[in-house]
Amino acid sequence: MRFVDEFRDPEVVNTVAEEIRWLTDPGRRYRFMEVCGGHTHAIYRFGLKDVLPANIELIHGPGCPVCVLPMGRIDDGLELGRQPDVIFAAFGDMMRVPGAHGSPLEHKARGMDVRIVYSPSDALKLARANPERHVMFFAIGFETTAPSTALTLMRAKAEGIKNFSVFCNHVTIIPAIRAILDSPDMRLDAFIGPGHVSTVIGCRPYEWIARDEKRPIVVSGFEPLDLLQSIVMLLRQIKARTAIVENQYTRVVPWEGNRAALAAMAEVFELRPFFEWRGLGFISQSALRIREAYAEWDAERRFEVAGVRVTDPKAAQCGEVLKGVLKPVQCKLFGRECTPERPVGALMVSSEGSCAAYYNYEHRKALGRQHATV
Amino acid sequence: MCLAIPGKIVELIADQPNLATVDVNGVRRRVDLGLLVDEHPVPGDWVLIHVGFAMSKISERDAAEQMRTLRILGEDQAAMDEVRGYGLESS
Repeated sequence: MRFVDEFRDPEVVNTVAEEIRWLTDPGRRYRFMEVCGGHTHAIYRFGLKDVLPANIELIHGPGCPVCVLPMGRIDDGLELGRQPDVIFAAFGDMMRVPGAHGSPLEHKARGMDVRIVYSPSDALKLARANPERHVMFFAIGFETTAPSTALTLMRAKAEGIKNFSVFCNHVTIIPAIRAILDSPDMRLDAFIGPGHVSTVIGCRPYEWIARDEKRPIVVSGFEPLDLLQSIVMLLRQIKARTAIVENQYTRVVPWEGNRAALAAMAEVFELRPFFEWRGLGFISQSALRIREAYAEWDAERRFEVAGVRVTDPKAAQCGEVLKGVLKPVQCKLFGRECTPERPVGALMVSSEGSCAAYYNYEHRKALGRQHATV
Repeated sequence: MCLAIPGKIVELIADQPNLATVDVNGVRRRVDLGLLVDEHPVPGDWVLIHVGFAMSKISERDAAEQMRTLRILGEDQAAMDEVRGYGLESS
């Protein structure tokens, strides 16, 4: 098994797998959602499905920032980037995400000035180095990334850099979890909580999930053993009929989060009344916008934004997959029109998207088997 | 996207209080410490880095664990590419 090869201590894994079997009631089903795209990637990479009992189902959640961004926002950002004298700066993850008229990379090939940056502060540096141009940073990410954008905007303001703005697409994880719990076609027993988002927000914001919704939640690390231990913790809670927030990833996640990061976010951002999520629709107070005090650096106020709404390609079922209603392979386009090499939807672009993860680890394996038997 | 990369603070930059030189697996880049103001990081401390900003102070042991996590997730190359891509060293 691939899983055992790549893990340092297969014996420990087997002990934990044994405990999972012991804690599982064979007469019922368990549906656990891993909220974070990094977890989705790890689950497929290590073939965790193969070591779990068949009645434990892992549902992939909305925690991939590239995947949940509706296509209209990409088109809006690219539209701003097409203006003369504008440099469009974004993380590498964004470059291959398709808009209605192509991805940022395709726009670059057509002559738009598109730059990959690895940090929002590098986008600000581009602005310092190109005073005659305007640098627009296309910001994406959950609470893991939003504080870095916030601090960059604080620096831009302090230094009085006028040729820099942010097109803000930062989203927050809690309202997405609420939307999923409110969705009538979604029945979940418990959550594997996101790792790195929680370094910023801590564990307290999840308390309502346990207290009000009676769903256990365990903030988890990314190694196979972390994820299996988190599943053990969830199963123990279910067996004991309790629901609390637990932190398995204590080596990285402090219970209270990072106060300075939260303060930077509060200084620069406020909640939008609503924001559209791919697959989940409009969710109230689920995304961040730039406060009035930073209006000068807000691309949406500085420029005319069309507010494009684009429906996903008709046959693509990104929304259903994103909600966990369909498995990637159940989408009509999966592995045919839509592949990591030629993605139609965002879930096939990011390595944290469930379609790309499924394709890279499960689908290729299945194809390999087919070839082997022919 | 959500890579958290462990690095060791080598030196604080005298005239830019929020910046430090950080060593990640032998690659040295400037990293922003602005999100760790409460933790007063000093040279020798280990931090987790995300998009050019230190997110949290961690122990040396946890830093080694985190590097191993990246390796077994197959993300160590992407992490080093990200660190090499940080452009702050000449600012």
